[in-house]
Amino acid sequence: MASSTSVASGGGRVSRQRWRNLLHRLDLGAAPYAFITPFFVIFAAFSAYPLIYTLWVSLHRVELATQDQMDWLALDNYTALWQDDRFWNALMNTFTIGVLSTVPQLLMALGLAHLLNYRLRGSAFFRVAALAPYATSVGAAALVFTMLFERDFGMINWGLSLFGFDHIDWESEKWPAQIAISLMVIWRWTGYNALLYLAAMQAIPRDRYEAAAIDGASRWQQFTKVTVPGIRSTIVFTIVLSTIGATQLFGEPLIFGQGVNGITGGAENQYQTLGLLLYEEGWRNYQMGRAATVAWAMFLLLILLFVLHRVLRRVLSRRA
Amino acid sequence: MTTDTVAPEERAARRRLLRPGAGRQHHAGPLAYVLLGLAALLSLFPLYWTMVAASTDNTRVTQSPPPFLPGPNLFSNLRAAWQDAGLGQAMANSLIVAGAIATSTVLFATLAGFAFAKLRFRGRNALLILVIGTMMIPPQLGVVPLFMMMSELGWGGSLPAVIFPTLVSAVGVFFMRQYLSNALPDELVEAARVDGAHSLRIFWSVVLPVARPAMAVLFMITFVQAWNDFFWPYIALDDSNLTVPVALTRLSAGYVRDQSVIMAGALLGTLPLLVMFVVFGRQIVGGIMQGAVKG
Repeated sequence: MASSTSVASGGGRVSRQRWRNLLHRLDLGAAPYAFITPFFVIFAAFSAYPLIYTLWVSLHRVELATQDQMDWLALDNYTALWQDDRFWNALMNTFTIGVLSTVPQLLMALGLAHLLNYRLRGSAFFRVAALAPYATSVGAAALVFTMLFERDFGMINWGLSLFGFDHIDWESEKWPAQIAISLMVIWRWTGYNALLYLAAMQAIPRDRYEAAAIDGASRWQQFTKVTVPGIRSTIVFTIVLSTIGATQLFGEPLIFGQGVNGITGGAENQYQTLGLLLYEEGWRNYQMGRAATVAWAMFLLLILLFVLHRVLRRVLSRRA
Repeated sequence: MTTDTVAPEERAARRRLLRPGAGRQHHAGPLAYVLLGLAALLSLFPLYWTMVAASTDNTRVTQSPPPFLPGPNLFSNLRAAWQDAGLGQAMANSLIVAGAIATSTVLFATLAGFAFAKLRFRGRNALLILVIGTMMIPPQLGVVPLFMMMSELGWGGSLPAVIFPTLVSAVGVFFMRQYLSNALPDELVEAARVDGAHSLRIFWSVVLPVARPAMAVLFMITFVQAWNDFFWPYIALDDSNLTVPVALTRLSAGYVRDQSVIMAGALLGTLPLLVMFVVFGRQIVGGIMQGAVKG
């Protein structure tokens, strides 16, 4: 009796052990995939698939009211876009507003990060203050700035009048409108970029500064020869992020135009961006196919920018 | 005991060595404080002025020179924005949207981040590169098919149309992966395995406690972004289901004529985030910097 039970339980132990081993190996093999699956499934369904399907839609005539009816057009939408003055205008505006907002923003962020990198009293306050605009939405920030830039009673024209300048019609004139929109972008994102730079600056080993100081480098030389090269990858990262942000610009010009004028980017399209053009084609002119064409053009533009950026970097590194 | 015998100066010197970059930092001079003060002023003034404009009345706010000090009408303007402009409903919607998106982003990012940081599997590096690559693709480029998809699913105009496309984030996965690579020792995972814990159990009892600070930061950052998101909600939502940023544009597009009520709306829409910033500001700043230095 005693021996038979021990054999039986021993056999059970062996098979249970085997079962557990199997489960363990299954767990080791499958769990990683199970953990990453939710990300990839949702990403594929709602990001990757629409991005590719945009291309398919852009080859058709699709109207907003009858979305299931798609008429094959081949490249007609693209040739129409190529010949459309509004497209080139929007492309140019996206580019100029992008430069006007990105370049000063990143330069100022670099300076701000340098200041924040000093030993400071109240550094936590300055950091939180720099990041506060990031907490406001495009919706709120653009409303406030639209009032500040108001022609007759806006605070900025009032401030300029103290220095003897005439009132500027910020909304209806091309360059003032683009500058005003750029200032909204600069206000919201400078502090955010400064913190990215600050983090990178704090990771630079201090012996590099000591070596530079021993070689007799001034503070300015230390900044240009040690700090800036030391955070180069972060600078590249912020340039890429801001470029993507700039090609997507939508909310600021839309709200700045206060209603109908917003979608067209001003009465004469003087600040219509590609994002606004996309919306105008799809949701005002009800041409989804054409809107998809603008989206795909934006995508191509981004790829072009990345290629340019790679080439530029290779040329620069070969020279250095 | 032995550590106590180390002289304080030496301990300070050691600490300086441990904090890279700390030793060479110059003390800020007066000029640095002036410039930083100016930057803080430029950062905060539009927020302050929103409050000023929201607390006066329409005639006062549309005069030149504009008001610089708060007036007596803050609460009546807030009430008008809340009721007439439907901001109360919009805030409830934003809370649902941002809460759902932040919760799901943090959960899935921690799961995937743990797998990428600590588990071995075939194709790990290639998949991680794919994640990083997708960070560079702006999701807005797919709006046209996304809009068609949502109508087909029957979610057109409603909150799920805004929630579902943003349930996960590649940046979040990368952020958690970077954090867990450093913060979670391999030995801890191995020890749990030797004790017979399966992966989900390890995730629950070992990873989650370690990941909690990073999860909190990721939650806040995602919440802020989801609350402020504009382009897609503007396209996807019906007038009856707006989130705060979209509801605010309806204010300026002529639904409400009173400028100080519009400013009260802007204030109301930003208020929850500003409160969060005042309370958790340091953590959010720390989180953004942490994500940056390793990214």
